[in-house]
Amino acid sequence: MVAFDEMTGSGSDLRPAYAELDRWLKEAPPETLALRRSQAELFFRRIGITFAVYGDEESTERLIPFDIIPRVLTKPEWTKLEAGLRQRVTALNMFLADVYGPKECLKAGIIPPDLVYGNACYQLEMVDFQVPHGIYCHIAGIDVVRVDADTFYVLEDNARTPSGVSYMMENREVMLRLFPELFATHRVAPVDNYPDQLLATLRSVAPRSAPSDPSICLLTPGQFNSAFYEHSFLADKLGVELVEGSDLLVKDDVVYMRTTQGPKRVDVIYRRIDDDFIDPLVFRSDSVLGVPGLIGAYKAGNVTLANAVGTGVADDKAVYSYMPEIVKFFTGEEPILKNVPTWRCREPEANAYVLDNLEKLVVKEVNGSGGYGMLVGPHANKAQIETFRKKLKASPEGFIAQPTLALSTCPTFVASGVAPRHVDLRPYVLSGANGISCVPGGLTRVALKEGSLVVNSSQGGGTKDTWVLDA
Amino acid sequence: MRIRISHSIAYAYAEPARHITQILRLTPRDHDGQHVMSWRIEPTVDGRLRAGQDPHGNLIHTFSADGPIATLAIQVSGLIETTDLAGVVRGGIERVPPEVFRRDTLLSAPDEALRSFALETTREAGTPLARMHALMDALHEEMTCQEPADRIGIGAAAAFAAREGIAQDLAHVFMACARHLGMPARYVSGYVAESQSLPHASGAHAWAEVHLDDYGWIGFDCANGLCPIDTHVRIASGLDYSDAAPVRGARKGGDGERLSVVVSARQAAGFQANQ
Repeated sequence: MVAFDEMTGSGSDLRPAYAELDRWLKEAPPETLALRRSQAELFFRRIGITFAVYGDEESTERLIPFDIIPRVLTKPEWTKLEAGLRQRVTALNMFLADVYGPKECLKAGIIPPDLVYGNACYQLEMVDFQVPHGIYCHIAGIDVVRVDADTFYVLEDNARTPSGVSYMMENREVMLRLFPELFATHRVAPVDNYPDQLLATLRSVAPRSAPSDPSICLLTPGQFNSAFYEHSFLADKLGVELVEGSDLLVKDDVVYMRTTQGPKRVDVIYRRIDDDFIDPLVFRSDSVLGVPGLIGAYKAGNVTLANAVGTGVADDKAVYSYMPEIVKFFTGEEPILKNVPTWRCREPEANAYVLDNLEKLVVKEVNGSGGYGMLVGPHANKAQIETFRKKLKASPEGFIAQPTLALSTCPTFVASGVAPRHVDLRPYVLSGANGISCVPGGLTRVALKEGSLVVNSSQGGGTKDTWVLDA
Repeated sequence: MRIRISHSIAYAYAEPARHITQILRLTPRDHDGQHVMSWRIEPTVDGRLRAGQDPHGNLIHTFSADGPIATLAIQVSGLIETTDLAGVVRGGIERVPPEVFRRDTLLSAPDEALRSFALETTREAGTPLARMHALMDALHEEMTCQEPADRIGIGAAAAFAAREGIAQDLAHVFMACARHLGMPARYVSGYVAESQSLPHASGAHAWAEVHLDDYGWIGFDCANGLCPIDTHVRIASGLDYSDAAPVRGARKGGDGERLSVVVSARQAAGFQANQ
């Protein structure tokens, strides 16, 4: 399987977008590049941008490797991609409004009702509740992969609390510092307006009863969460308070933040706590991270939660397989972005095929994320495949399978020099009462191991700066 | 049958609580098998008590009070008229499609032992209704139901492994099996009036309901080994205990909580059936 290389295409022709970069890579003295690489690492260490790997006893905090060679997209490529992302996120929001409201897509047979009703992320609390301004998924991270010059696939939708946007911003920051000369020879679309756009989005969805300058806070599970750095980074960039559950209190269905000047009313909460833990009176009663009474305040219309409760029903991997139909049904348009062909193991025929072809396929847990609980057939050993076979037979409805895609590659620094490595892209799409916005690019993740297709940071992936060229 | 219920849930705190919020699911609704003649909920502490409904249609009260609170009791009393409909629940409010009740929850997730038990005990039964009766009879036989005093639920798989649990556990075990057999099943909390003929008729109780195409929702009480009759008063239902719990609360301060519950459900005097 030969992958499309974003620098050289399918053969050895240099693609124009990478011409300057290619020249720079050839001309820059190796010792300068080595120096810049160590400076970049030092920069990330100094700012303390780390992540935690769950289930890893030895080191709770690690640095995600950063590769200094940027990943480049042309303006026309991005324009098409962005149109597809807008369409997809529009459909996701309409789908959520529908399954928690009139359920037209279930009545029309677009998606089997039991996939929605049986889904643990389908929150009964949200049924027939009107969310402020009708928006559920304010912040979406849509994972996209590329297989040739013209074809992008959506690999998965992240509609709950997608993370990684701080890396998108810090990666750009470090590139600007270390390689000003490259920005002189390339017109790269900026990403530093993301916090402004996020703030505008959050302000736009404040309850209608809120003052014109609504009070906003970012709710984190705390410093032991793997994305805590990002929570504090974003709160700082947004200029809003970073709070934990114990900093908030609910009285008469109104949410207040404890401050040194006494309680201050809160109108919008950018929450980075999962549904299950957000209010111990309604969801898991053993949660100490949440705010008792928050759901009551939410349902009284006194506070906006971003993202809304219950968005997980839209990014389930079994629901994903119906996204082309969902996009068509709600937007009336053909989907601009393709879906990866998906076998739903809940369907006996599909599961039979999957069981016969495990060594060729990627099998994922319907509710899994972060690359955990996933089988990459071509890279798995016999024992791993047999373990998965047992899991699949025991609960087929918990899995989907996809062909192993030849993800595009980008030139990347590795021990032996510069070599192609597989990449994906997570653009961040914001939806508010003020419309949809999406900063050009997103977070490029790269699988640093030769031949590896798993880009997740928890599985040895790194990141790159993503450039959308304005001209 | 007319059943008089009184239920007191009392909390004492070694260190007074600064604030308490509780969601109370302690109010029955009418359905064909029960009519609420009178019902009262009274907290012994001044605070705000607001009535509402949850997604299942259960009647709830949200109670909140500011401290210092050293003791708090929620006192519930009422009179219900019941009719024996062999466990069928009709004429009530149904807000959630039955398909929702096929999903597993933390407390009702089956393990391998439960899955095979569900299949083996129902293999001979012909109809879905017969399968559910076979399952109830088998669990009534197999499991010991403990009195609730000082015990909390441990979840379906653990209770089945131990072959004992409180009524809540038995309901979860039954639900886990029923769901594994593809039947929508839900948890019910309520009361059972004192009765000579029932082994577990000590007031507060829990059982399960299964949705069958031909009948709608039908109750199965594994602890007593029968479908609910006119001794049973239905209070709240949900995906599992946590959806239907009589009290869910949070508090600031109030360390050293001691809980005492006194409940009685008795056939009302002067209304003895003339049989």
